This record gives sequence, structure tokens and C-alpha cells, in this order.
Amino acid sequence: MTPDFGQVWVYLSASPLTALTITLVAYLVGDWLYQKSGRMPILNPVLIAVVLITVGITMTGIDYWTYFEGAQFVHFLLGPATVALAIPVARLLKTMRKGFGAIAISLIIGSATAAISAVFIAEILQASEKTVLSLAPKSVTTPIAMGIAERIGGLPSLTAVCVIMTGIIGAMIGPYVLNAARITSWDARGFAMGVAAHGIGTARAIQINKNAGAFASLAIGLNGLATATLIPILFTLWQWWTTP
Amino acid sequence: MLVALTQLLFCQLVGEVIARAFDLAIPGPVIGMSLLLVVLLYRQSIPENLESTAEGILSHLSLLFVPAGVGVVAHLSVLGNEWQAIIGSLIGSTAITVLVTGWVLQRLHRGVSDDS
Repeated sequence: MTPDFGQVWVYLSASPLTALTITLVAYLVGDWLYQKSGRMPILNPVLIAVVLITVGITMTGIDYWTYFEGAQFVHFLLGPATVALAIPVARLLKTMRKGFGAIAISLIIGSATAAISAVFIAEILQASEKTVLSLAPKSVTTPIAMGIAERIGGLPSLTAVCVIMTGIIGAMIGPYVLNAARITSWDARGFAMGVAAHGIGTARAIQINKNAGAFASLAIGLNGLATATLIPILFTLWQWWTTP
Repeated sequence: MLVALTQLLFCQLVGEVIARAFDLAIPGPVIGMSLLLVVLLYRQSIPENLESTAEGILSHLSLLFVPAGVGVVAHLSVLGNEWQAIIGSLIGSTAITVLVTGWVLQRLHRGVSDDS
């Protein structure tokens, strides 16, 4: 009896098992390349995995939703992982006795910088108003960013794409920017990555240094709240300024 | 590990319920994180199994973004003909934000936890 590869393929292309395995294998390849290169930020494991999977599913003709049916088991863990960020933050806050003012000021300046610089550069590059508004909340985690975009009149789906791209860009270029600017304090490095590049930026910080990871985790949580408050205020001011 | 995972999921569940019941803009997991943080700060110490489970999940945090990343590629068409402006803005703004935030915090606070 010869095996019926057609039948096997029908099973494999529809089973969550395949998508789950592909996701883990692609990530392990990405992580291996990243470690081999001596952790060069440019070789971001998420980016490598995404490229490999996209090429793979395009070549085999599996559509994204079929892929996601399996990959959602990985995606789902983002929720508990977000909750788990409370642990490094609690550990940090239990030992920290000063510096709360410094954190609050950096947070507000960082959050405002992220939104204003994104809008400003997009305006210079002549993006449409809807695009500009969709870019404003790009530095916070996806659900918060989509909520803000909706409230100020952006496109939530465009915002979701921009958020993930921001995370990968931040993880890739952030460490070079911090080195060039001689920002050597692990606290400041972690916090900056968390404010600018949310979870994906934080993922790197957690691997590199415990303090950086705790400050990055703190930054994601706080920046979500700060940005959700700050952007509607900035938006109202901006409207008030531009409409005579 | 099972207990710790249950605790994390329970916090998320309570967070989701609060977010939906009060129609908040803050996502459930972020509320769950805040709740857990309050509990942990109130307690004397952080339970060891919770700490090791959290470390396990967070050490692979990047992996969890891969499915969403593939989704981005599948939805690149939303960038439309403005993709140059969008990518320019994302790169420029992210670099400026990392620089400004890191510089301000380093200026105001020379690593309290660096020397502890």
C-alpha cells in the first residue's frame, strides 16, 4: 500500500498542530541565528520567525486564518504573560525607595514624545489625517492602542499593524540609539525600551538584565495608562489649535 | 506551576470582567496585572512558584508576538500607498522616543537599582 500524501496534506494543512509546530520551529531558528550572531539586535528573532512563516505559508498556500487557528494557542499566552509582568514590577517596587518622581517625569515626557514625534514626522511626509491619527498611539500595547485610535478617529486595524512594527523596529534599533547616546544605566535603558516599543522591546530587556527587565515591565504598564489619558488631551488641544 | 498559572489566568479573568462591566479602555490583562501587583505589594514576599512561572513565560515573551507579526504581513495592504510615510514615521519616532526617555531618566535618576 502506498501512502496517500494528498490525504496527509489535507490533514496537516488544516490541523492546529502544524501551525503551532511551524511557529515554534521558526522562532527557534530565529533565536538560534540571533544567539549565533552574538545577540545582534538587527537579527530580531520575531522578525526572522515572521519572515520564515510568511514565506512558508505563502508557498504552501495556507491562508492566514488557517494558520492563526493553530497559532492562537501561542497568541493566547500574551494575556497571562501581561499579568506576569506584575512580578518583576513588584520585585522592583519592594526594593525601590527613591526615584518615583524621576520615573513619573520620564514617563510623561516619553509618552508625549512618542505620540507627538509620530504625528509630526507623518505630517512632514504628507500622510493623510486618518493615517496620522492612527500612528499617534503606536507605542503602547495593541488593545490600548486600538481603543485610542478608535476614539480619536484613526483606523484601528492600521494602528494594530503599526504597533507590532514599532515593537520590532524598537527592538532592532533601540540598543544602537542607546549606545550612541551613551545611556548606560540599565534602569534607563529598560524604561526607554518599554515606553517606546512595548512588549517586543521589553522581551529583549528581560533577557539582558534583571533591572532593565523590571523597568521595562513597569514602563509598559504605566505607558498604557499614560498614553490612554494623554493622547485624547493632546488631540483636543490640537483640534482647538488647528480649527479657528 | 499549575497553581501559579491558575493565579495568572484568574487575575486576567477578573481584569476582563472589570474591563467589560465598566466599559473601560484599558484591556483586561493590564487590569489583571495591576490587581496582581497590588496583592504582591501588600504581601510580605512574592510566592516562589509564581516567580519561577512568571520568569518562564516572560523569558519567551518574544515568541508570543510571532502570530500577530505574521498577521501584520498578511495585512500590509492597510498601509496602502502611504507606506513610506508610515514606516518613516515609525522609525523616526521610535528612535526619538527611546533617546528622549532614556536620556531623561538617566539624567534624573542614576540607577537606584543599579547600585543596589
